[in-house]
Amino acid sequence: MYKYDNYDQQMVDTRVEEFRDQAKRRLEGKITEDQFKPLRLMNGLYLQLHAYMLRVAIPYGTLNGAQMHALADIADKYDRGYGHFTTRQNIQYNWIKLEEAGDLLADLAKVEMHAIQTSGNCIRNISSDHFAGAAADELVDPRPYAELLRQWSSFHPEFMYLPRKFKIAVIAAETDRAAMRLHDIGIQIVKNDAGEIGASFYVGGGMGRTPMIAPQVREFVPLNQLVTYSEACLRVYNRHGRRDNKYKARIKILVHEMGAEEYTRQVEEEFAHMLDQGVEPPLAEIERLRPYFADPAFVDGPKTCDRSDPDFALWVDRNTNRHKHDSYVSAVISLKPVGGIPGDATAEQMHLMAELASKYSFDELRVMHTQNIVLPHVAISDLHALWTALEAAGLGSPNLDTIEDIIACPGLDYCSLANARSIPLAQKISERFAASGKTGELGQLKLKISGCINACGHHHAGHIGILGVDKKGTENYQLSLGGSEAEDVALAKITGRGFDEAGVINAVETVTDIYLGARNEGERFLDTYRRIGMTPFKEALYD
Amino acid sequence: MTDLGTSPDDVQFRFRDDQMVDHASVTVDAFAAQSNAAAVRIEPGDDARVLLPHLDRIALVEVNFPVFGDGRGYSSARALREAGYTGELRAVGDVGIDQLLNMRRCGFDAFAPNKPLDEADAQTAFDRWPNVYQNTADGRVMISELRHG
Repeated sequence: MYKYDNYDQQMVDTRVEEFRDQAKRRLEGKITEDQFKPLRLMNGLYLQLHAYMLRVAIPYGTLNGAQMHALADIADKYDRGYGHFTTRQNIQYNWIKLEEAGDLLADLAKVEMHAIQTSGNCIRNISSDHFAGAAADELVDPRPYAELLRQWSSFHPEFMYLPRKFKIAVIAAETDRAAMRLHDIGIQIVKNDAGEIGASFYVGGGMGRTPMIAPQVREFVPLNQLVTYSEACLRVYNRHGRRDNKYKARIKILVHEMGAEEYTRQVEEEFAHMLDQGVEPPLAEIERLRPYFADPAFVDGPKTCDRSDPDFALWVDRNTNRHKHDSYVSAVISLKPVGGIPGDATAEQMHLMAELASKYSFDELRVMHTQNIVLPHVAISDLHALWTALEAAGLGSPNLDTIEDIIACPGLDYCSLANARSIPLAQKISERFAASGKTGELGQLKLKISGCINACGHHHAGHIGILGVDKKGTENYQLSLGGSEAEDVALAKITGRGFDEAGVINAVETVTDIYLGARNEGERFLDTYRRIGMTPFKEALYD
Repeated sequence: MTDLGTSPDDVQFRFRDDQMVDHASVTVDAFAAQSNAAAVRIEPGDDARVLLPHLDRIALVEVNFPVFGDGRGYSSARALREAGYTGELRAVGDVGIDQLLNMRRCGFDAFAPNKPLDEADAQTAFDRWPNVYQNTADGRVMISELRHG
């Protein structure tokens, strides 16, 4: 994985000093809270319901054992012994004191990490495929391009005060594991007819209160123009994005109102101009980055393992992904124990995951946008030992992509924007299905819960989505069906009137029963829904 | 012609040696409607590119930041510099310590904050970053180029 050179280290160290200086000027009253707020946000510091929350960037979700150990130490030293992995492949801590934030950032810098631009109206942490560099189906490893964009977007002087936040995802496989088209810019690394590698650009996707699927604006951008094209996309947005209404300020609204064609025309015009401006890093820079993501020293070994233990076999079937080397798999550590808080991990668990990564996965880990952790390169012969260690620590839940593998935002338990609680609902749903034993029978079923219309829990993209709203002072939950964040991207549709907490849990069970009754051989919930439509589900729910 | 804009007395930081323009700036609209003015003031919603055919007769462009969180002026500044504008580019309005360097990097070479800034803090801010990741208008060589000589 990527290793900082002196320049990168100098940048994060300087950022720590800058933040300490900003905090000092705030405490001295030289700047107002209004002036300080966007500055602390650009260092990932939010003021939440109970305390400051700090979000740490995990660029494209990749980290090593030492970094995971450091995240665990931070949980112990500055928080209450746990952290929360997010849908942006980051981690956040919920109980941070402002006066300690500078020291925390300094601790991060020691392991080549930071909280730069994890919030604020600027370009956020770049996300990517959590199986990058391991998946059998990828064209190339997308991470060198994500790293190129990380550096370009860090402290970009023109784009620190955009109309709104800006999220970029980079993938390089036909299978989309990063919700690419639900980003402000989604980039897919592709090969053209001439066999050259380049990038397809999709601009103007997003979730939030107005979900949109990004249209393609350019089929092929040559690799030596990747940064320039991104910069042109951003400049047109910075120039014309709405600033009169924060709810209409994302680039998806601009692209929608202006029209994808006119937006594209303006980007192309700006791009043609910028090609002469020398904004592109030299091509040698991509060549420098690539070796950092080279394959570790894979060794041929057994291609199968002893599956006589049914619990182990189930975990292997559910929680591993095909690797490009046939003696290896990528193993997913579920942070969704039945009845647990989706995405939470204790310091102890983080230390253990770090140790297991060094023992079994060439010291590498990934954070998934579904709030789980991946050990990307596990030898098939090590799987049983790995599973045994995970089981002992409560990390062996065999529920990847099942109805227990719920994405949930922090909700009203932590978040100052939320209208309803998400976490307790996720806990109760996973308990209900674990108890009924239907989890396995239901197969792939992505359930996503947001506690407000900002949609941090990706409910628009859930096969089943749940949105918590406030209805005359009580929590109410709207159910939606048919969304997908993957290559078959779609936005979910609302079933009808909402439910109270107990009611929505029953409603989820009702729609899964309709699916089980109606499905054809091999159909996922989503496939059945697409075939039979909303009506049978609605009738079961409301008639 | 409306008298708007800052006077030389309002300028707190300036990184050029030439004489300051001694008359008021006109709006972009007024300038476009045929004006002899050598000083123009850009508001956040203005398209700076309207000025590009006339850069040779402009000596001062003021870019107003009514609120620091509205970043359109950064793109205006770069568009002017990229088109070869060499006159004074003055950031005016809600300009704080923590915006100075980004503005400088986008091509501003004069600053007229509506509230005077602490000189030492400003100097620290201007000098903060030993290196940069992007090529912009300040002529600094970006890190990716330094790496490859």
